[in-house]
Amino acid sequence: MSEGRIRVLIAKPGLDGHDRGAKVLARAMRDAGFEVIYSGLRQTPEQIVSAAVQEDVDVIGLSILSGAHNHLFPRILELLEEADAEDILVIAGGVIPEEDIAGLEDLGVSRVFTPGTSTSDAIDFIRERIGA
Amino acid sequence: MRTAERDKMVEDIRAARPAGLARAISLIEDEAEGAGGLLEALHPHTGGAHVVGITGPPGSGKSTLTDRIVKHLRARGSTVGVIAVDPTSPFSGGALLGDRTRMADLATDKGVFIRSMGTRGSLGGLSRAVYGTIKVLEATEKDYVIVETVGVGQSEVDIARVADTVVVVFVPGLGDDVQAIKAGITEIGDLLVVNKADLPGASRIESTLESTLNLAPPRVEPAPKILTTSAERDEGVVDLIDMIVEHLALAKTTGLLACRRRMRAKAEITAILTRDIAKRTEISLSEPGADWYERLQDGRTTPGALAATIWRKLVIEEYEGVEDENSREASPGDRRGEHRRSHEDLL
Repeated sequence: MSEGRIRVLIAKPGLDGHDRGAKVLARAMRDAGFEVIYSGLRQTPEQIVSAAVQEDVDVIGLSILSGAHNHLFPRILELLEEADAEDILVIAGGVIPEEDIAGLEDLGVSRVFTPGTSTSDAIDFIRERIGA
Repeated sequence: MRTAERDKMVEDIRAARPAGLARAISLIEDEAEGAGGLLEALHPHTGGAHVVGITGPPGSGKSTLTDRIVKHLRARGSTVGVIAVDPTSPFSGGALLGDRTRMADLATDKGVFIRSMGTRGSLGGLSRAVYGTIKVLEATEKDYVIVETVGVGQSEVDIARVADTVVVVFVPGLGDDVQAIKAGITEIGDLLVVNKADLPGASRIESTLESTLNLAPPRVEPAPKILTTSAERDEGVVDLIDMIVEHLALAKTTGLLACRRRMRAKAEITAILTRDIAKRTEISLSEPGADWYERLQDGRTTPGALAATIWRKLVIEEYEGVEDENSREASPGDRRGEHRRSHEDLL
């Protein structure tokens, strides 16, 4: 009965109003047995990191379609480090151009999923990395 | 968990450091080793918060109302912990916890700590971890702990055994006056809130609740109060908070609070025991080579007799020779082994 369940925060940083993808992924993760905290639209990096810490999540999934990833993601990673929470796995999805991916991964984003990714790829990746 | 580790965690909690606090709650949720010891260590620092329960049907606006209540309480200088419970899937064991979407602005307020929680198999509208999480939040000296239940149907009334003040949220459009006189959640509220008062039908619900209360037999506890709110428009929320505060003040003087706290302690003890016994029963019945099912089928035993045997075995293994809770550490050692040997073939 004592099992650590994988907890994931799905967040939409910045200004874009489309969360269909985030919700599809959240639903798939729920069905995979994860506890998914959905924090809603238009979140600041501060809100996302604070929610992740309070919820003691293993993973943050960032969904972004606005093109502001190179501006928002570094800030999120910086705040995680300040909060002593850099052990949280950060993954991202949405519309992120190929040429930006390497740079984001260098910063500490573990994996960037591009359009067309199957939800099970993201789930398998998390299971592999968290090991539960 | 080592003592040093536990002491550090208690220190983090007492200092309200978010990461330590959050990890402690996870430990309790996972019923991990060390969770029991941590709660024992925190116990002297608990009991200081006003625990407010918010319950009501799905979509009645509990989260939005909680968000507004917290903002007004913060404006009054109070600190607040929020436990927001959503259902765990009985099929996958996963959960989608979405209450935070209504409380986004509160995330960065240092005087507020919000934790989302899946029910993880509990059926009464809460999670078993709620009792422990309240204690953790109380140990951070929060003035209020708000417990938001899952969206309830009619009979998920565990919150009545947990909160000092219970707020039941109603909304227009969910049925006629027979619904309001049914047993269950309509009976547990200290404050009955008709939310979404801007929608048509709100005043009808209000008058239905009023006439229902007029029909109620006299009771020892003060009669519930009815009020209307529109959480979305932030209307009526200040009045609600005044009533919550008033309820606690009255409960303190009338002895109702002592009665509620006693009920919470009782529910917590029962929950711990039920969990432990269920766990041990599961272990007993899944022991390799156990032939209880075969004997049951042959008619050599009955479920009742098996249950009695497990119960006896539990008592002998765990509690015999322990005088009271203070001598729990003094394990009866060898004697315990003897008993185990003489009883191990009972099943």
